[in-house]
Amino acid sequence: MPRPVQYNITEKPIETPIGMVEGPEGFTGEGFFASKLSDVVGLARKNSIWPLPFATSCCGIEFMALMGSHYDLARFGSERVSFSPRQCDLLMVMGTIAKKMAPIVKQVYLQMAEPRWVLAMGACASSGGIFDTYSVLQGIDQIIPVDVYVPGCPPRPEAVLDGFMKVQDLVGKESLRRRNSDRYRELMESYGIQ
Amino acid sequence: MALSNEIIKQKLSEKFGEDLTGWEEPYGMLTFSSNKDLNLKVLQFLYDDPELQFRFLTDICAVHYPEKKGEELAVVYHLHNLIDNIRIRFKIYTDINIPDVFSASALYSAANWMERETYDFYGVNFVGHPNLKRILNVDDMEYFPMRKEFPLEDQTRIDKDDEMFGRS
Repeated sequence: MPRPVQYNITEKPIETPIGMVEGPEGFTGEGFFASKLSDVVGLARKNSIWPLPFATSCCGIEFMALMGSHYDLARFGSERVSFSPRQCDLLMVMGTIAKKMAPIVKQVYLQMAEPRWVLAMGACASSGGIFDTYSVLQGIDQIIPVDVYVPGCPPRPEAVLDGFMKVQDLVGKESLRRRNSDRYRELMESYGIQ
Repeated sequence: MALSNEIIKQKLSEKFGEDLTGWEEPYGMLTFSSNKDLNLKVLQFLYDDPELQFRFLTDICAVHYPEKKGEELAVVYHLHNLIDNIRIRFKIYTDINIPDVFSASALYSAANWMERETYDFYGVNFVGHPNLKRILNVDDMEYFPMRKEFPLEDQTRIDKDDEMFGRS
């Protein structure tokens, strides 16, 4: 007996034909709109994050599903996956990072221009995962600062989307002065950067 | 007549006599050992002899036996005769405090990287190797991780509660 179809059996009218992002709060009048510069910058940044996938193992396969049509990271303004660190905003580390690869991850991070964010996907990138052994880095936060951790082994694409939306939240709300602050400089110095 | 374990054993015994010991044939694979100073002579003989012709070095590995005092480290050579398709295993034992073994890299080019790997994980010092340094682990590693006195787990990790893993 065929499996009964459960989804997409009734046609739903499309409510809005194109997904639109809400504009920032502001004061509007005839012919002008006044808002905070940081809100506008945040809005622009968070909806055009260029990810740099650093995929080393099975989490990378989940990321491929995430980039495919079914889950489609492009809906979040991130269809432009770049392998050039200098043009990227978000370093997505996906998979086991061996200790020998740690300097390369750090080099890629250093080559990215500020402002930059890091997402650690999966148990291995976040904590070493099951690979509690002499050759594996016990979490990439030992070498670079991480903004969002996505748990799972590997996480489902929905979980990565959720993590990505958390990154978007951070990006949209970040103060324009954060990267020049003393606290940020201290954070970087604790990783031996600059 | 095709080469067999008996012929190999006979030829080796003729050449080296009582110097070769520990003869056994686990799963049909001829295995023997010798004094560690003889390793190059035995390998050279196995390589050069027109009948034996063990010209392919499949693998070099080491084994750590902490309970065998004086011969804690075993270095194992796996050799293959590609003409008769026969494999043999040749072992030497060395003291872990003096882990000097002659390098086979001049005889078998394949030994170059294999000996580097064996050095990397067990600290066997291959005398005469052209470039004996770590090959797989990070360069600044300070120990030989496959020796049994070192725990497998990464010691930098502080978030692991031993009780949760049933080993307190």
